[in-house]
Amino acid sequence: MSVLEVEHLRVEFGTENGPVIAVKDVSFRLEKGEILSLVGESGCGKSTVAMSIPRLLGDSHVTLGGSVRLNGVDLSAFSEKRMQAVRGKEISVVFQEPMTSLNPAYTVGSQISEVLLRHEGLSRRAALARAVELLELVGIPDAQRRTAAFPHELSGGMRQRVMIAIAVACNPVVLIADEPTTALDVTIQAGVLDIFRRLRDNLGTSIVLITHDLGVVADIADRVAIMYAGRIVEMASTAAIFAAPTHPYTRGLLGALPSRAVMQTDGRRRLTDIPGLVPSPSTDPDECQFAPRCASASGACTAARPAADLVAVGHSVSCYHPAVGAML
Amino acid sequence: MLQRVITSIVTLFLASIVVFVGVRLLPGDPALVLAGETADPAVVAAIREQFGLNQPIWIQYFNYVGQALQGNFGVSTRDRIPVAEILLQRLPITLELAGLAILVGVLIGLTAGIVSAVKRGSFADYAANVFGLIGLSVPHFWLGMLAILFFAINLQALPASGYVAFTEDPGENLRRMILPALVLGTGLSAVLMRQTRAALLGQLSADYVRTARSKGVSRNREVKHALRNSLTTVVTVLGLQLGALIGGAIITEQIFVIPGFGKLIIDAVSARNYPVLQGAVLVAVTGYVLVNLAVDIAYAYLNPRMRLAGGAR
Repeated sequence: MSVLEVEHLRVEFGTENGPVIAVKDVSFRLEKGEILSLVGESGCGKSTVAMSIPRLLGDSHVTLGGSVRLNGVDLSAFSEKRMQAVRGKEISVVFQEPMTSLNPAYTVGSQISEVLLRHEGLSRRAALARAVELLELVGIPDAQRRTAAFPHELSGGMRQRVMIAIAVACNPVVLIADEPTTALDVTIQAGVLDIFRRLRDNLGTSIVLITHDLGVVADIADRVAIMYAGRIVEMASTAAIFAAPTHPYTRGLLGALPSRAVMQTDGRRRLTDIPGLVPSPSTDPDECQFAPRCASASGACTAARPAADLVAVGHSVSCYHPAVGAML
Repeated sequence: MLQRVITSIVTLFLASIVVFVGVRLLPGDPALVLAGETADPAVVAAIREQFGLNQPIWIQYFNYVGQALQGNFGVSTRDRIPVAEILLQRLPITLELAGLAILVGVLIGLTAGIVSAVKRGSFADYAANVFGLIGLSVPHFWLGMLAILFFAINLQALPASGYVAFTEDPGENLRRMILPALVLGTGLSAVLMRQTRAALLGQLSADYVRTARSKGVSRNREVKHALRNSLTTVVTVLGLQLGALIGGAIITEQIFVIPGFGKLIIDAVSARNYPVLQGAVLVAVTGYVLVNLAVDIAYAYLNPRMRLAGGAR
């Protein structure tokens, strides 16, 4: 049984300018010890998916549809009170902004202890001792002394490690990492990704990794879901996505990678870009929303929305004109 | 911190000059007031001689500061009682009034601010905002008169005016202090309510509150996270409001006939009682400076980021 099953997730924000459908229809499964990466450009709804799984959008102007099942239990029926018992314990989150995600007024030790006091029923002393262990686990040197440090005394990379320590404190079933390395220096990124890998290997943690960085995906993800305009357009193993991308949008994303730059006749290499703009999220027409930007688009694409089809085992794509074979 | 203390001392020094000169810029001659309008010029001259009023102003100032540093603020021109003695007698009364007013202001203001921020858009929020607007707009003297009219005259529940020393009859003292403290504290609570609400609303949408949520803590603990970071604003406002509180105390004491500092200052102004006026205003300024020094120290506690900076300053 899958650890996490997201089915037909739909997230709508009520705004003064009408509704914004950030997530239109997203379904995926996450297996134990698996790292699934949600990839897409800004505004495709990937972070909204991440935040709606532990129901952290928490605003009265949000409408959630579909279901989220954790170990077979449907969380969508849970009251806020019951969700509080799930958050931090079974599902925890690492956010994008390490500089602002820790409370500036409390020590690192007390912020890690808080989640242990909440869920594990430890004494203050025991929680603090466990906090030291957690800091060591995420590779913070001199952990004992660091528990007394305030966030402003730590670098961005160190703060993100503290965030990870908080997230894994109760050994969660699912860890959601929302662009965890985006705000960090490249040299720090590898270290943070390494922590995720070790967690998965040693504790069997399942991870949903939100990113727009295909380098990060190649480095760590087992499977990839490519999102466009609030939907998953292609989902496959990391190897398959890089070796044989089938959705025109996926191919566009990969073509924009410097390592895939196309050789020009004059011997210079050139990045390909995807023409056009991301569609407005306020409507959800019955058509392929990528069609206006797609070179392969035909009449069928705007007549009805393409359903997800299997092109290989574990490789699905929503497109009437899937490309075949490797990219040049 | 040392630099902060030095700044405070310089501020006090400058304030003493302003007070000294300011008092002398008031129209009216204290010697004439004392001797009476029709007095013999020789008597007036003798009074001037006695209080050193015939000397150049800067010599008067240095004499005054030299004495003041030794705790001698001169004697009242009216009854020859040492100013220090008068101040010591009146100060506790105003401190009690101000203390009670701050208590009222903080209790009402903080509570209303927190409730209206947490229950944003609810009826409680709306009510608190209306209260805040009224509290800010209504002047003390009018509120004081309304309070007397309603509580003292219509309801006959509380005395309209007068003062009983705490040492004499604690119960009666508090009974007579309730109305003045409420009147003086209302404006403060309105300011605090609005500042608390605004600061807390800002902090509640901060990333670290979302982090707290992701840990599975209760709503109350989320608010606690945000409140801790809002308090710096609230404490700053409280420090700044002390000036307004002193002004308000003067008016409130006048309305409720409380023989405190405010009344002392007003009486001293009308009598051109320079030594008393100078002493009273200087003590008020000192209080203001000290409170703001305390606010800076409170910062370091509330905001750890200030601690390093504070050590270097």
